[in-house]
Amino acid sequence: MTTTDLAAPTGSGFAGAWRRLRNFDLGDSVAHGVTLLAGAGIFVLVGVLLAELWLDSRLARHEFGWKFLVTSVWDPIAQHFGALPFLYGTLVTSLLALLIAIPLGLGTAIFLVELVPAWLSDWLAFIIDLLAAVPSVVYGLLGIFVLVPIIRSSVEPFLHSTLGSLPLFQGPAYGFGFLAAGVILGIMVVPFIVSVSREVLLAVPQEQREAALSLGATQWEAASQVVVPYARSGIFGSIFLALARALGETMAVTMVIGNDPTIHTSLFASGYSIAAVIANEFAEATSTLYIHVLIELGLILFGLTFVLNALARLLILATVRRGTVHP
Amino acid sequence: MASVGTVHSGNNVNVRSEQSVDTPQRFSLPPKPSVTADGSLRFKISGLKVFYGPKEVLHGIDINISSKVVTALIGPSGCGKSTFLRSLNRMTETVRHARVEGDILLDGEDIADMDVVKLRRRVGMVFQRPNPFPKSIFDNVAYGLRINGHHGSLSESVEHSLRRAALWDEVKDQLHKSAYTLSGGQQQRLCIARALAVDPEVLLLDEPCSALDPVTTAKIEELLFQLKPSCTIVIVTHNMQQAARASDFTAFLLEGKLIEYQPTPKLFTTPSDPRTEAYITGRFG
Amino acid sequence: MKPTSKRPTGSPSKSLSRKMTRRSVTNVVMLTLTGACAFLTVSVMFYILGYLAWHGASALSWNFFTKLPAPVNVPGGGMANAIVGSAKLLLLASCIGVPVGILAGIYLSEFAGHTIASILRFTVDLLNGVPSIVIGIFAYTVIVLPMHTFSTLAGGFALGIMMIPISVRSTEEYLRAVPSSLREASLALGAARWTTITRVVVPAAFRGILTGVMLALARVAGETAPLIFTAFGNNSWSQGWSQPTASLPFMIYTYAVSPYDDWHRQAWAAGLVLVALVLLVNVITRLALARKMPLSR
Repeated sequence: MTTTDLAAPTGSGFAGAWRRLRNFDLGDSVAHGVTLLAGAGIFVLVGVLLAELWLDSRLARHEFGWKFLVTSVWDPIAQHFGALPFLYGTLVTSLLALLIAIPLGLGTAIFLVELVPAWLSDWLAFIIDLLAAVPSVVYGLLGIFVLVPIIRSSVEPFLHSTLGSLPLFQGPAYGFGFLAAGVILGIMVVPFIVSVSREVLLAVPQEQREAALSLGATQWEAASQVVVPYARSGIFGSIFLALARALGETMAVTMVIGNDPTIHTSLFASGYSIAAVIANEFAEATSTLYIHVLIELGLILFGLTFVLNALARLLILATVRRGTVHP
Repeated sequence: MASVGTVHSGNNVNVRSEQSVDTPQRFSLPPKPSVTADGSLRFKISGLKVFYGPKEVLHGIDINISSKVVTALIGPSGCGKSTFLRSLNRMTETVRHARVEGDILLDGEDIADMDVVKLRRRVGMVFQRPNPFPKSIFDNVAYGLRINGHHGSLSESVEHSLRRAALWDEVKDQLHKSAYTLSGGQQQRLCIARALAVDPEVLLLDEPCSALDPVTTAKIEELLFQLKPSCTIVIVTHNMQQAARASDFTAFLLEGKLIEYQPTPKLFTTPSDPRTEAYITGRFG
Repeated sequence: MKPTSKRPTGSPSKSLSRKMTRRSVTNVVMLTLTGACAFLTVSVMFYILGYLAWHGASALSWNFFTKLPAPVNVPGGGMANAIVGSAKLLLLASCIGVPVGILAGIYLSEFAGHTIASILRFTVDLLNGVPSIVIGIFAYTVIVLPMHTFSTLAGGFALGIMMIPISVRSTEEYLRAVPSSLREASLALGAARWTTITRVVVPAAFRGILTGVMLALARVAGETAPLIFTAFGNNSWSQGWSQPTASLPFMIYTYAVSPYDDWHRQAWAAGLVLVALVLLVNVITRLALARKMPLSR
């Protein structure tokens, strides 16, 4: 049965019109109209937002075209701008974040679903969800005063001494830089991976586990070879979601990344991300072109997160549906 | 086609007289005082068809429902009796893609031409599973009164309805408590009280006792009997004994068609249609 | 769900039992690792709270809550203006985000046809995915530029936009959870649709809707990025709605990246206050939802 949707009284012509007139309720129409207005308002809002982003970046787009994406010059005085350092920085920090968050998050999710009774699982999941509620600027605060010193004094020297032959781990250890940003981002997106992965793992039918176990598999084998693969679309979805989140993170990154618009291969070096450069330089942008460039960067960022979010949603939906539909 | 039993004024439908000694008793009918139908038609229904999307669920029903009697609708699951009931107060309109054809006249007026809100105040409904609002007992009963603009004392009307539903004594000290603190049977009687509060002329009940125990069922049947003089009652039931016990007229539906419609004692002892007989003797359904 | 341990029938060959042992060792090791992951993740929460309390509690003083920021190296400064500023921003954000969010949620749940609903939901999800810095850009072009000034209005507008998707989603979710039998009962009593919605459906979903709003507030309370070039910041009180205003998250940022110890301490204190509030709201709403009155079937 279901919806509360009232079908219009049937009947065509005059009789039908008369019926609809008799059944007209002012209150219903007002309620419908007001709520529709709110919905339309959102629509208009998003439309205007996209339009503004597009229009207010036109100077930059016309000036630099596609080359913008591959130029690494950043010279506000000479008005030469290129997006590459920021794309690079965003990419590097996000990848590093995923490198940390995926094993950590997936491992946690598996633990919560396969090994722990439901009540404890819910409590722990709740605490982990709280991590997602901590503001970005507080992560940045902890980044500056807790993480960076540790990285500067312990982690980077350690990496340098063991893996120093790789260009990734060369250069002086300032603490601030790609490594710090990557680590803090990783910590920030772990809750997203845990929460979504847990949801999709819970959606895997119990019969799958039972089938594996009854064939003599150990618990780990059942989890890693049967359950996780079954839910893999959803887990990929959680990764995309986490990535989208990481791309858009502004405060924590800008507080620890060093804010240097050049490309360095070493993780110890300072860098910049798209969100960070907008945050730092927007209010001081001296020319219209400068502002348009920053807005174009915002548009690029939005495009990236949009695609990732859409993919994520599709993948998550795929797994949850699969779990509830029996072949 | 359908055998429609019409009621003419003045007929005394006397339970005891009809059963001739040579017809074996299929049901032991409890003794009832003789029922007088007052003769007027409440509902005159012709050519009623209901479609859910492309699927035709009711195929042209013609039936006249009398005033101030209890009419029971019986039939196997999926035969359309609930759909029929819901078309009487245009609750079919809450289903997407539902379409209704044919005429339903309430006291001579086509219900499709009426303001649906006014129609539903005149024709009340009680559902299969008790569905009290998440409000207090008092507020549940008062809801219909409040939205329809009530004159006079609200608490008096609420008490009156609760008494009519035979629930007053059990809840009079806890009217402010949530309706969900009541048992299933009490909740259903609360729903009846809620429906009665707006003083409907007709009360439609869709298998009201299917989720309830026999003791509560008996209470509700007794209730219906007491309500009859002030209210026309149409009740859908899958329980034939209940139909036999509690109703004055019974209509048997099968696969969206009206097969037989008779005064209850006649339908249960000497049904005209072989399908009716097969159903009531339990050969299917 | 204990792992099925090896039960070899008869006398297994040596390589078989060795393989079994290796598998069970792997099993134990991997499962322990996942436990370590979980432990690590959960402990981060406690680390965060611990550091905030350790560094921030000492700077929490009467001055902190009541005084304006003092110049560098002058003791006794506080964040009173930032606290008030945040409150004003959140008030404005609620005025935008709550009505639009709830009404749109009602529209999606009660009125919208299938196609329109899908389009609107997609749009809402789109809005939710917009990075907060980009929302700041939008508020800048739409409000700051025409007004020629940074303002509380612009900041509140940006935060309000961010509240909308959260409110819409949770409102729709809780409205849908109200059983349709309640709507039917109301309609059958002769209530119009809008009466049913306002007097039965929304009250039934009220607790959930309220928690959705509170969670949205908690979320935007900590946002800094959209405020950087909208509300901008202010060392003193902000009068009215069209002047730049200080806010708690922005102060944390400014003070944290500064070179002054006193400011660092205040940043910790502000962080502690902010996180305490945000976590409090999250915990309260979760508990409130758990004790929800059970709706019959």
